[in-house]
Amino acid sequence: MSQRGITLYLHVHQPFRVRDYTVFDTALDHNYFFDPDPISNRNNEKIFHKVADKSYRPMNALLQKLLDTHPDFKVSLSITGTFIEQAELWAPDVIESFQNLVRTGRVEIVAETYYHSLAFFYSKSEFEAQVEAHKNKVRELFGVETSVFRNTELAYNDELAQWADSYGFKGILAEGWDPILQWRSPNFVYRPEGTENISLLLKNYRLSDDLAFRFSNRDWSEWPLTADKYTEWTNASYDQPLINLFMDYETFGEHQWADTGIFDFFEDFVGRWLSNDNHTFYTVSEAIDANEPNGNLSMPSTVTWADSERDLTAWLGNSMQHEAMQYLYALEADILRTNDMELISDWRKLQTSDHAYYMCTKWFTDGDVHAYFSPYSSPYDAFLYYMNAIRDLRWRLHAHHKTGGLSG
Amino acid sequence: MLGWELPPHNSGGLGVACYHLAKALALKGTTIDFVVPYSAPHENIDFMTIHNATRLSPLERYGMGAYDSNFLMDKYDAEELGDLKDIRSVQRHYSRYIERHIEKNRPQYDAIHAHDWLTMEAGIRAKQLTDAPLVVHVHSTEYDRSGGGYGNPIAREIEYQGLIMADRIIAVSEVTKGIIISQYGIPADKIEVVYNAIDPNSLNDGYEYDRRTYTYLESLKSEGYTIISAVTRFTIQKGLTNLIEAVAKASEKYDRLALLLAGDGEQRNELIRLASEHGISDKIFFTGFVRGKQWRDAYRVSDIFVLSSVSEPFGLTALEAAHHDTALILTRSSGVAEVLHSIFTYDFWDVDRLADQIVGIATSNALQSSLKTNVLREYARISWHDVAEQLVTMYQRQRVEQIA
Repeated sequence: MSQRGITLYLHVHQPFRVRDYTVFDTALDHNYFFDPDPISNRNNEKIFHKVADKSYRPMNALLQKLLDTHPDFKVSLSITGTFIEQAELWAPDVIESFQNLVRTGRVEIVAETYYHSLAFFYSKSEFEAQVEAHKNKVRELFGVETSVFRNTELAYNDELAQWADSYGFKGILAEGWDPILQWRSPNFVYRPEGTENISLLLKNYRLSDDLAFRFSNRDWSEWPLTADKYTEWTNASYDQPLINLFMDYETFGEHQWADTGIFDFFEDFVGRWLSNDNHTFYTVSEAIDANEPNGNLSMPSTVTWADSERDLTAWLGNSMQHEAMQYLYALEADILRTNDMELISDWRKLQTSDHAYYMCTKWFTDGDVHAYFSPYSSPYDAFLYYMNAIRDLRWRLHAHHKTGGLSG
Repeated sequence: MLGWELPPHNSGGLGVACYHLAKALALKGTTIDFVVPYSAPHENIDFMTIHNATRLSPLERYGMGAYDSNFLMDKYDAEELGDLKDIRSVQRHYSRYIERHIEKNRPQYDAIHAHDWLTMEAGIRAKQLTDAPLVVHVHSTEYDRSGGGYGNPIAREIEYQGLIMADRIIAVSEVTKGIIISQYGIPADKIEVVYNAIDPNSLNDGYEYDRRTYTYLESLKSEGYTIISAVTRFTIQKGLTNLIEAVAKASEKYDRLALLLAGDGEQRNELIRLASEHGISDKIFFTGFVRGKQWRDAYRVSDIFVLSSVSEPFGLTALEAAHHDTALILTRSSGVAEVLHSIFTYDFWDVDRLADQIVGIATSNALQSSLKTNVLREYARISWHDVAEQLVTMYQRQRVEQIA
């Protein structure tokens, strides 16, 4: 057996939040994403600066240090187009630090939709256009080709795997969710149902979420989590080849603040893991290359990495969310026909899944998580501002391109 | 005259009605001592003497933050004012002020005129101390404010006492008179209906419609859409869920409709959800609180104004809408429906009828324009001078009866 490896995969993303865009802005002011109020929670620049200081800068510094210190340390990153655009605008040094990481040759970039969208579920052509746009942006910025795909929110089903297979990807990522896996372990590579060549990597959600969600939770019986304890847990599956730790990049510094000790913990843990000669880190491609699929796995229904349901209900669970997405995607043909790059880009920025997420009303057990991630005072406010932006898109189509017809 | 607010320190329509009513009375030669429960300048009021019963600021009198809805022209809602205990203590101070004022100055009043439950106790006290007849003016009852329920028992008891002790009761509509009879057991012959009015001059202040305020709605109109509006607080009393149901039904028959909901309130989220359950979110425009130009433009951009209240003692917004050239659809339980004729009415629960009326107006230019033109003529005839005349006659009759 080859070395046991941790596949660390971090997802880097910022949406273009819609400002308080009212009825009175609609059809007059086409700026949806740049909030003039410097202290608003919808001010994307303000938020970007904050997260850059808390997370992107210190974590990239730590990743660089780990790469410099440990020849076996590897990491995979997916970086959305909307993140890159914001970093280019407001923090070019953050882009440079990512480029430096990639230059080590031990950091792999993972493919996804440029706009972090749910387009796969609404329009295959739009979806492919965004995957291509992302590939191009990654090539331009980092000079590398992507070969492993992850869909927004890890939303995955057999159909997506079949698409990725025929599109030429060699790997795809998904949640390792017990009700699907049953007796099987997420710590092996699988072959998606109905595919020829592609391999499936599954998130070990227990060990991933120990860091992403529970690390700083003082009500958690395992708090405080030490590198010793965590190493012990990783050793429990000593006879299995992989541990896939998939999480939001912003876990480090933003979701778990520096004062929780997350950075020190992580540095400590990496050193401890690699102190065993039989241990290594893999990029997602290497994990696939090193392991033959351990059988077929089928997920006919969509599985995501969110909430206790692991489904799409956080994004498409209520009537407001469904309606908003239907209105948006109904504009596709008219918008694309205009060749108006600004209009197309605004329309695509509104596809970012976060917008629908902010309209989520299932507060119950997942409530705290959603409250934390929403910049709006309620999902209803999020919905109203978003609807006004959609109306304004219609108005622009109508006024400037004599197409699409207004509706109300 | 015992009031609770006057513009610009008003939270609702009570202050507006009191202002116009007192002004019209003063023009007829009536001398008025007007008591408010707060201290604040009223620089544009020189036709009567204003007494400040407490040192509280207009906002503090409620013992809570601002409930600022100057754009709302319907009745006063005690529930919005927060903890009843705080109102009770302001009411006690208010009564004590009246007692001291009367003991000190020994004024000779022809009538004590108290507005709503807020000042009824003070009115009773003033009647006892001066021997002047007590006129209780009912702009809304606890029954209305609770959306047709029992409401707060303390407010209800005070209303009952005030209505019993009153020498004469003024109801702002037949609807309200009916409630006073059925809910409070007061004999009909003690109650007189005096409708509210509107002062068109107060609306002719150089305002000009600005098409850019609601640009998107204007462009919908140029596409042949009909704009329906409601300008109100989003509370159960206002019956807005029925309006949304009706717009959903109407849209099935005639697609070119949009609904402008101007205002805010506890029911907003429910209304948003209801609209999306019917799949008509993009037909409905929520403005939030509007005032000034945005408030007036909301009327002006509308083709049809709907007053969907479950229970509405009067409903001044309908007259304001008429002023701004709209066709009116009012519930039969709205007092204002009694003084207008060129309107459609429906029972507040009758969604089908409302939907039918909306489609009817939207699809007939002739119907729409004749409703607009005719109601414009009607509303202008309703004047505060007539109201003042009715009141002066009433005061005199009470005085005569008392002497006799």
